[in-house]
Amino acid sequence: MEQRPAAEAATLSDAVPDERGHFGPYGGRFVAETLMRPLDELNAAYSRYIKDPEFLAEFDSDLRHYVGRPSPLYYAERLSDEIGGARIYLKREDLNHTGAHKINNTVGQALLAKRMGKQRVIAETGAGQHGVASATVAARFGMECVVYMGAEDIRRQAINVYRMRLLGAEVVPVESGSRTLKDALNEALRDWVTNVDDTFYIIGTVAGPHPYPVMVRDFQAVIGREARLQVLEQAGRLPDALVACVGGGSNAIGLFYPFLQDREVALYGIEAGGDGLETGRHAAPLCAGKSGVLHGNRTYLMEDKDGQIIETHSISAGLDYPGVGPEHAWLKDSGRARYDTVTDTEALAAFHHLTRTEGIMPALESSHALAYTARLAAGMDRDRIIVVNLSGRGDKDIHTVADLEGIRV
Amino acid sequence: MSRIQARFRELGERQRKALIPYVTAGDPHPDVTVPLLHALVDAGADLVEIGVPFSDPMADGPVIQAACERALVHHVSLHDVLDMVREFRSTDTTTPVILMGYLNPIEVWGYEGFSRSAAEAGVDGVLTVDMPPEEAAELTHALHARSLDAIFLLAPTSSQERMRTVSQSASGFIYYVSFKGVTGANRLDVDSVADKLAEIRGFTDLPLGVGFGIRDPESAAQIARIADAVVVGSALVSKVPGLLDKPETIPAELAATVSAMRAAMDAQAVVT
Repeated sequence: MEQRPAAEAATLSDAVPDERGHFGPYGGRFVAETLMRPLDELNAAYSRYIKDPEFLAEFDSDLRHYVGRPSPLYYAERLSDEIGGARIYLKREDLNHTGAHKINNTVGQALLAKRMGKQRVIAETGAGQHGVASATVAARFGMECVVYMGAEDIRRQAINVYRMRLLGAEVVPVESGSRTLKDALNEALRDWVTNVDDTFYIIGTVAGPHPYPVMVRDFQAVIGREARLQVLEQAGRLPDALVACVGGGSNAIGLFYPFLQDREVALYGIEAGGDGLETGRHAAPLCAGKSGVLHGNRTYLMEDKDGQIIETHSISAGLDYPGVGPEHAWLKDSGRARYDTVTDTEALAAFHHLTRTEGIMPALESSHALAYTARLAAGMDRDRIIVVNLSGRGDKDIHTVADLEGIRV
Repeated sequence: MSRIQARFRELGERQRKALIPYVTAGDPHPDVTVPLLHALVDAGADLVEIGVPFSDPMADGPVIQAACERALVHHVSLHDVLDMVREFRSTDTTTPVILMGYLNPIEVWGYEGFSRSAAEAGVDGVLTVDMPPEEAAELTHALHARSLDAIFLLAPTSSQERMRTVSQSASGFIYYVSFKGVTGANRLDVDSVADKLAEIRGFTDLPLGVGFGIRDPESAAQIARIADAVVVGSALVSKVPGLLDKPETIPAELAATVSAMRAAMDAQAVVT
């Protein structure tokens, strides 16, 4: 199968957002003055290289030979049979190098950093997947890499911390605030404002100040471009629905974006329902939050009545974030995409179900999308098609799963 | 004329540079803030800057982050901060009060409602760290409608184009961030600040304040020589953790620091 160059995405992105990164009322650039010029410079470089055939050729080549793309689109026949409804296809981002979709974006941003002459990259990470993907590309390009990670997450994700250190990255524990992903992001912004001259900040999701939401989307849109070609080739038509989990929302946007104009394709983004929306212990800003401003963009947030950001909860560290990319906020308000939640318990059940029926162990993040897919598929006829983004593999989560089930590994 | 304009005009006539201390509202306890503000004014502050606590103070270093966390233990909200300003105003009707903080608490309140309440409480200016002029048209409009000054930042990375943009949006004064970094870091380079201030003066007649990294009487005096106002935050707030077991001494202790800076600033004014 031939890959399309990333330029196709750039053409589509001309309509929304506007030139300052606004998706309707969302997005924009809400940062302190010191970062305005570095963001202008980043935007200028990004706008130039996303149309540069040489850059795009190198990006495509790296995705193919280093990441291992295209990732397969796999018809999960036994899973579909067991659920007894629509046919379920899995977009296998779990088979990428480093085990998740995150690497698509870090390869793109590292190539950009190289062209901008930046020798030092920084990243924030929650579960450690984006940190590992950043440390990986930094090792490959011989760049210095510093990863900020909440002290609480470091404790929960010891294997990924060691993995980043093996790759040569410095992992800095963040002790402020709730000591999780949002605080790691704050600390990375503080590093960037201090070291703007030589440092490139690799944000891991489709959030942050403009141009990050657009740039990360365009680097991740390879997921949807491939899936679109693959489903046409395998099933002879477009799917009826796409399903993806949403934390910050990069794997979901990556899958959805090339289908936005295909109005007959329904889009479902699944947030972390945690213990259930009614308990308040969840990470579902789109389903249960309000509009606000955090980390450089206006979007839906988990916040209290005073505008303070509140702590989130999810079984999946990768979804445990109080904000969401502004394009999702816009897709929600416009009605083009629908957002729903899946609880910890449902996600865990889906993790086991896929593992047992297909021999594929999904990440707990992706398990949220799988749980919702089962719900959706059951109510659909057999001739219907659902494509679900299997955004990452579950090996990283086996300790969490074992702990929850009282098993010592 | 706004209270901020009036104060800068009066200082200009007396050839005195403004000293603007910053404290985080509600740190370490809501009861401390108003007496502390009065003590700072008595010690020689010309304007006061009150930090609105926020859960995610991205532009601040460890000292102000910790101050926010101490205040948020008491759930100090933007409404509470305005109550403190109202109380301060009941006995001090002349010292300009500037709120400094992040956008989200204002965003959640609503720009117009907040601006109305802030003006009624006696606030004079609002500095929203994470809101550059490009995003600020609506908030600036709401503030100006209530005669509140919208104060903006310039930084070492600001281009001349940005100096022009910020100068067009700003009123009251312009706050120059002295270095690339977060509040409280030790990176002050007086010569580079002087160069940048000279460049900015090509775009505006507004008074120029300088903040970030002013930690002692000496650096306050150095900045007073080149700027219209000296903003001191972390150097004051860093004293709070050591006084947590005797919070009643906080106003006097922080006022002593302000007095020393005031003296150094005024002494150098006499020399030059």
